Amino acid sequence: MKKLLSATLLASSLLMAGGAFTVPAFAEVVYNRGSSAEPESVDPHKTSTVYEAHVLRDLFEGLVMQDQNANLIPGAAESWTVSDDGKIYTFKLRKDAVWSDGSPVTAEDFAYSLRRLEDPATGAEYASMLYVIKGAEAVNTGKGKPEDMGVKAVDEKTLEVTLNAPTPYFLEMLTHQSAYPVNKASIDKLGADWIKPGNLVSNGAYTLAEWVPNDHLKMVKNPKFHDAANVKIDVVNFIPTEDRSSAMKRFEAGEFDSYDDLPTEQLADLKAKFGDKVRVGPYLGTYYYAIKTDKEPWSNPKLRRAISMAIDRDFIAEKVWQNSMLPGYSMVPPGIQGYTPAEADYANMSQIDREDEARKILEELGYTPEHPLKMEIRYNTSENHKNTAVAIQEQLKPLGVEVTLLNTDTKTHYGFLEQKGNYDVARAAWIADYKDPETFLGITRKASGNNYSNYNSPKFEELMDKAAADGGKPEERMKDLAAAERVLVDDLGNIPLLYYSFHNIVSPKLHGFDDNVMDVHPSRFMSKD
Amino acid sequence: MLTYVIKRFFTAIPTLFVIVTLAFFLIRVAPGGPFNQERGLAPEVKANLERAYGLDDPLWRQYLHYLSNLLHGNFGPSYNLPDFTVGELFAKGLPVSVQLGASALILALFVGGVLGIVAALNQNKLGDYLVIATATAGSTIPTFVIAPIIQLFFGLTWMLLPIGGWGDGALVNKIGPVLTLSLPQIAIVARLMRGSMIESLRSHHIRTARALGLSDWSVVVRHALRGAILPIISYAGPAAAALLTGSVIVETIFAIPGVGRYFVDAALNRDYTLVMGTVVVIAIFTIVFNLIVDILYAVVDPRVRYD
Repeated sequence: MKKLLSATLLASSLLMAGGAFTVPAFAEVVYNRGSSAEPESVDPHKTSTVYEAHVLRDLFEGLVMQDQNANLIPGAAESWTVSDDGKIYTFKLRKDAVWSDGSPVTAEDFAYSLRRLEDPATGAEYASMLYVIKGAEAVNTGKGKPEDMGVKAVDEKTLEVTLNAPTPYFLEMLTHQSAYPVNKASIDKLGADWIKPGNLVSNGAYTLAEWVPNDHLKMVKNPKFHDAANVKIDVVNFIPTEDRSSAMKRFEAGEFDSYDDLPTEQLADLKAKFGDKVRVGPYLGTYYYAIKTDKEPWSNPKLRRAISMAIDRDFIAEKVWQNSMLPGYSMVPPGIQGYTPAEADYANMSQIDREDEARKILEELGYTPEHPLKMEIRYNTSENHKNTAVAIQEQLKPLGVEVTLLNTDTKTHYGFLEQKGNYDVARAAWIADYKDPETFLGITRKASGNNYSNYNSPKFEELMDKAAADGGKPEERMKDLAAAERVLVDDLGNIPLLYYSFHNIVSPKLHGFDDNVMDVHPSRFMSKD
Repeated sequence: MLTYVIKRFFTAIPTLFVIVTLAFFLIRVAPGGPFNQERGLAPEVKANLERAYGLDDPLWRQYLHYLSNLLHGNFGPSYNLPDFTVGELFAKGLPVSVQLGASALILALFVGGVLGIVAALNQNKLGDYLVIATATAGSTIPTFVIAPIIQLFFGLTWMLLPIGGWGDGALVNKIGPVLTLSLPQIAIVARLMRGSMIESLRSHHIRTARALGLSDWSVVVRHALRGAILPIISYAGPAAAALLTGSVIVETIFAIPGVGRYFVDAALNRDYTLVMGTVVVIAIFTIVFNLIVDILYAVVDPRVRYD
């Protein structure tokens, strides 16, 4: 009898459950986002690459954010004012901004986060970017106290940030993930475990549900997000797939709705096969060769000019990179509003004329195919870096330059450059952290750790300083920067070769994945059929 | 036998110690470091990072620190995936690699073994040639060719299997990687089995067994196989250690979250602690499987005794 009773109960409960299932369930919208690399961390202060940027943009909301076209929009701050001297930014936080645990996002949260970024114990890679904040550098180098930094919570919803000097690109910088807020209460409570899925308290459109390294990172819609009503995608699965060819098959089979890279050597075929789904367009990045400007014979700008002129960039872009890169003649790539890059004067000459002039210079300097100039190109492991170097080797040979190639793995390569090793020419690249020419020109300044050419021009430094001083006058500043770039490009402080392109493949079912020069694609603005 | 196992266990400790020490210093000889990348770091920022991870200490102190942590079962943090400790990465990845590797090994031993026996029994006949031809092809076509072919046909053309991913360990997600891992192993096992089976079938005790009028089945399975299986056992030990600790190619192509790719990625990224973790795990697997091989030898071959 007892058995019968329990069986009946079970059956009825099953029936009830069945009844519940007959109510049409609201189908979840899932976006499977293929990624060519694994994000390193979901701690905004421990990240450095664009792969984390894609994830963190969904999880967190900074004071300001970028929309689907990479335009600056209000984030956790609904408005802000800048003092007349351009040094003090006052942000008003939105009243409805809350963390995923329901607690309010306060000005103190941002102050704490910016101090944490600069705290030497955090070991944040991007700490130096925000040295523009008063006292930040002192804190990061252990010379100052965090409480003396120029960040202050005036009241619960008002944050005041004081800068060293007027910095017109400060707001653009704040769109970078390292300026996102972290939740102090959960860090204090959980220590190193605050970052784990299930623990992570974030303030963006999504929360972290799962992360299995090299498998997937799952984010679910945050119902407490202030704009949750307009977030149409319920689940974002970030799926790392390093092998580009596999990724193309996964896209074709419908396992991915988008993927952030392409096997560029197959670009022509992919375009023929996938049509508009393949998206290639300008991206703020420059591929260049650093050339030791303080070492004989490369210290002669004329010689550097001859080398640069003799390189057929059209050929490299078209044949080696299948047009997934564009020929580049300036350090700052085009695409930054209000700025015209200073292209080399030979940009509009034909390649034949360039070669003639290069040959003339080399002959003047005594280099001919019979008495060749020896030059070594170092590059980090990659099929395309190799092919680029080989193409240049062939192009320079008839002009009397004997190029040898040296390939090392990425860590060895950059370790060698960082230690200012003894090299002639080395492959390097720079991708914009924020939309401003400063990000590209700053790396060739005398004191920069990225100045692999050891470029040191008083005139360039002077113009860069002037640009910094003209921070309050945006138009004037852009002119200063263009003048500085003119000096750099004429001097061949570096040899810019190519501008980067983004290359995505996107399903037509996915809307709101708009092309832009920063290759920024927040999931909160997307929808899926 | 037990004394032998205990003895082996104690000799494994100094072996591991030597491996750990060598690996620790060798990886530090490689130029560059975990924080060298395309975007160069400001010197002060790099100094902070190195301090945060204890990389600013003299190397000998780092080594002692590492050893002491290791003895407490702590493999340290990963430099390139700082949200995880090396222990956590292995806890997540090793079961994946072991599942795939074990399935591939069992499949290889069974299929390869049967094929080898079939070939041996049909020596220099059609069946033999077919097995030899397949085995030669299987061991010469590299996995990075087999894997995309499996993806193309089973995944895209016939839509039977997913192209990649682990899918929380769903069976369909395992078929492609297991097939890819096992095909070359099947080929090797089949060839080994064929050779040793032919030899075993020619031996005196088999002639005696046949003379006694035993059935073919009984001769092959109960008597010849016992002698023929020894080379397979010695091959399977190290093969198991290699298979169970993952394959970088298969894991990369099928986007599988195993530990096989850590060895290569960690070395390239100079993720010192992850490199060390991989070295320790592979060393332990190799030591354990070599021991298992020796024990199995004694079990299978009555002539082998360790006491």
